[in-house]
Amino acid sequence: MSEHHHKETFVTKYIFSQDHKMISKQFLITGMFMGIIGVFMSMLFRLQLAWPEKSFSIIEAFLGPHQTDGVMNPDMYLALVTIHGTIMVFFVLTAGLSGTFSNLLIPLQIGARDMASGFLNMISYWLFFISSVVMVISLFVEAGPASAGWTIYPPLSALPQAIPGSGTGMTLWLVSMAIFIASSLIGSLNYIVTIFNLRTKGMKMTRLPLTMWAFFITAIIGVVSFPVLLSAALLLIFDRSFGTSFYLSDIFISGEVLHYQGGSPVLFEHLFWFLGHPEVYIVLLPALGITSEIISTHSRKPIFGYRAMVMSIMAIAFLSTIVWGHHMFISGMNPFLGSVFTFTTLLIAIPSAVKAFNYITTLWKGNLQLNPAMLFSIGLVSTFVTGGLTGLVLGDSALDIAIHDTYFVVAHFHLVMGVSAIFGMYAGIYHWFPKMYGRMMNKTLGYWHFWITIVCAYGVFWPMHFIGLAGLPRRYYSNTAFPMFDDLADVNVVITIFALVGGLAQIIFLANFFISIYRGRKATQNPWNSNTIEWTTPVEHIHGNWPGKIPEVHRWAYDYSKRVDPNDDDSDYLHGQDFVLQTTPLLDGEEPS
Amino acid sequence: MLALFYIFIGVAIGVSFWQITRILNFRGDIANDKDNAKQGKYAIYFMVFFYAIMIYCLIALNVVMLPESASIEGEHDDRLFNITFWLIGIVQFIMQFLIFYFTFKYRGNKNNKAKFYADSHQLELIWTVTPAIVLVGLIGYGLWQWNNVMDLSELEDPIVIEVYSQQFRWDARYAGEDKTLGLGNVNYIKGINTMGVDMSDKNSQDDIQVTELYLPKGRKIHFKFRSQDVLHSAYMPHFRAQMNCVPGMVTEFGFTPKYTTEEMRQQSEVRAKTKRINKVRAAKGEELYEFDYLLLCNKICGASHYNMQMKITVVEQEEYDKWIAKQPTLASVIKE
Repeated sequence: MSEHHHKETFVTKYIFSQDHKMISKQFLITGMFMGIIGVFMSMLFRLQLAWPEKSFSIIEAFLGPHQTDGVMNPDMYLALVTIHGTIMVFFVLTAGLSGTFSNLLIPLQIGARDMASGFLNMISYWLFFISSVVMVISLFVEAGPASAGWTIYPPLSALPQAIPGSGTGMTLWLVSMAIFIASSLIGSLNYIVTIFNLRTKGMKMTRLPLTMWAFFITAIIGVVSFPVLLSAALLLIFDRSFGTSFYLSDIFISGEVLHYQGGSPVLFEHLFWFLGHPEVYIVLLPALGITSEIISTHSRKPIFGYRAMVMSIMAIAFLSTIVWGHHMFISGMNPFLGSVFTFTTLLIAIPSAVKAFNYITTLWKGNLQLNPAMLFSIGLVSTFVTGGLTGLVLGDSALDIAIHDTYFVVAHFHLVMGVSAIFGMYAGIYHWFPKMYGRMMNKTLGYWHFWITIVCAYGVFWPMHFIGLAGLPRRYYSNTAFPMFDDLADVNVVITIFALVGGLAQIIFLANFFISIYRGRKATQNPWNSNTIEWTTPVEHIHGNWPGKIPEVHRWAYDYSKRVDPNDDDSDYLHGQDFVLQTTPLLDGEEPS
Repeated sequence: MLALFYIFIGVAIGVSFWQITRILNFRGDIANDKDNAKQGKYAIYFMVFFYAIMIYCLIALNVVMLPESASIEGEHDDRLFNITFWLIGIVQFIMQFLIFYFTFKYRGNKNNKAKFYADSHQLELIWTVTPAIVLVGLIGYGLWQWNNVMDLSELEDPIVIEVYSQQFRWDARYAGEDKTLGLGNVNYIKGINTMGVDMSDKNSQDDIQVTELYLPKGRKIHFKFRSQDVLHSAYMPHFRAQMNCVPGMVTEFGFTPKYTTEEMRQQSEVRAKTKRINKVRAAKGEELYEFDYLLLCNKICGASHYNMQMKITVVEQEEYDKWIAKQPTLASVIKE
């Protein structure tokens, strides 16, 4: 925070950095690395699903002892889906997305020299790094990594007799997640404190850009729900290692009765989903915040319904904490609870609809600058709508009975939180790359990346709804044991081809990203003609962000294309150009928007 | 052959790197009017592609979906599903059109100016209230149906069956003439008493243990589920029925079969599906498939999760009576 010059060594600048801009890059690169692993795993198990029990040299090369002649073992299939889910949800879309952009943008967009605690911020990253390392190490243990699904329901996750992955692999999974949660909590607290206390003069809460609102509310949900997952994990560790019976009872396995008495797996499900559902919004809200900012900037239009957007973020956040039971309609819990959760779940459709309509209205009569960042944001709105609508089917307990845990669910959540959040992350990277690295990314490659990715995303997940409606359960190593699913084989092949092409297309992005860091054109100070104050900092990163005084803020972030005569679309721009920095004072007689 | 494949991949990677460096040399980074025009057009192309696969899947893959509900309770599920599906389908088609059409229509141009339009309470009210009203309808019907399915408190003369799960098989136990299941616990598992039935309980004596379910058409079946090791889920998709099997507790579900297996096989939807499946199987030289109701495991439970199933046969009442009369009771099977 201080303005005097620190003496910087390589270690303090690039490794144990306390500068939020460097930490955000560290989060991004680590998240991308984990993302490569996660996506690669999905490509491997898609091979098995399309061509069951066919030999692939790539499987032979990568799965070592967990394959026989190039065919993965059923245990390993379950391990792959488990780790794919864990990595994508937590390591890529929670830490990679929130960690990157909260760190980069919070101080820059509210006008602060750094996070409230640079030291805790550094700790947050390094804990995340350690948890990533532990998770990667767990892939190499002899019996294989955790394989009880990313939801790790006990008793399967508690008993190595039930599945080999529940031995050392599961222990490492739990350790990794405990460290991850600590990282996430420290980060979230830092974000909340920073946004509350370090806003520059004039940056009222009602003038915060929507990115800030999204990150702020996300951090609050994280602080409320992550500790519950930590306690769930701790109790599971106790059951596994110290003989307690929180989740286990009346178990007969491998020819003997185990000593556990009186626990219930349903308790674990409640604890897990008390985090698990808000987690969806921890993943999604930052992406929606980024999208709000980008759609407004690149449409050269104010975001439509700023207040409604803020209120719908809050409504979604509040509702997200009281809907977890919709993952448990058929868990054996009291059916009355099912009714309550159906009611609260379907209510979320209202703020979500408001957001979608507001995005579309922002596009309406805009002057859309179709940069890659903008296309990814538009893509996000599209996948968010597609995936969100099927939520009306799954959230309805009566309908959920028939399709719970089928591929319909897989299609639904991949579109609404997976693809949408990834699109938000890509949009953010394309948009703020100049702020991160002082250079521009290549647009042609960005266009290729976008169109291939969205075509493949729908190519994978749209047909997947239908194999779910055919009754095909998820997490099946193959469906050859059921002749009733034989007519789905062709569809599975098509899905896999789209998945492979879509996965490989991400190489275009990686190439663009890493080459642009070194060879991209040097960025100008405000390349997108944006209003927010991160674009008033110099292109070269400096400690404390602004040389001299922190700028004062005089208006909200969305005065794009403001006119002399508000009722006449043909009149001139009030400020002579189609954007007005937040630091620009109001003109005489100008109405604040 | 494989070497050729690798050479091909190598060449492809080489070419793409060459192309990427070529593209990077243009160093274009901010969209200009030409880009906007081009990308706007692509948005329309994409919309056409998207609508094409949406419609194609809706038609071509409609046939892979489950046939109509084979339980009486599931009829309302199907109706509610159809209502919801039409509704979200229509909304989907309109919203996606707006998103991609606006992207094309309002593509940026130096000579254009965006409209400064920040708020409209009227519009926001419309799209808050409309979904709210529609949801009230959906929630109402959904909750009514949920109660309908889950309420097992006052059943007239149900058939009580326990479905018992373990890695990786299903067993079932009929309550017998006293219509009450004997108690069970993992501590009683021994020898052929694989379901851990307490044989000192007098209700256990006439229980009947089987490995395949026989159900009479038109009678309410009251299922009770137990698991001896990990979570399983008894999924009977044709009956729109599913319930988890949880170690340490008994869960319940109920439905009334509507069609016998034989009737279901004669149904046009099922016949068409069977024909398609058999075409695939014949091509692979596998034995032909005939429709059967199945109970599948639908909660990840271990390595052979993907092959944990039990056949369900629905028959007329008389046939069921004949079948059940032939089954030995537990008391006669398990002699201490």
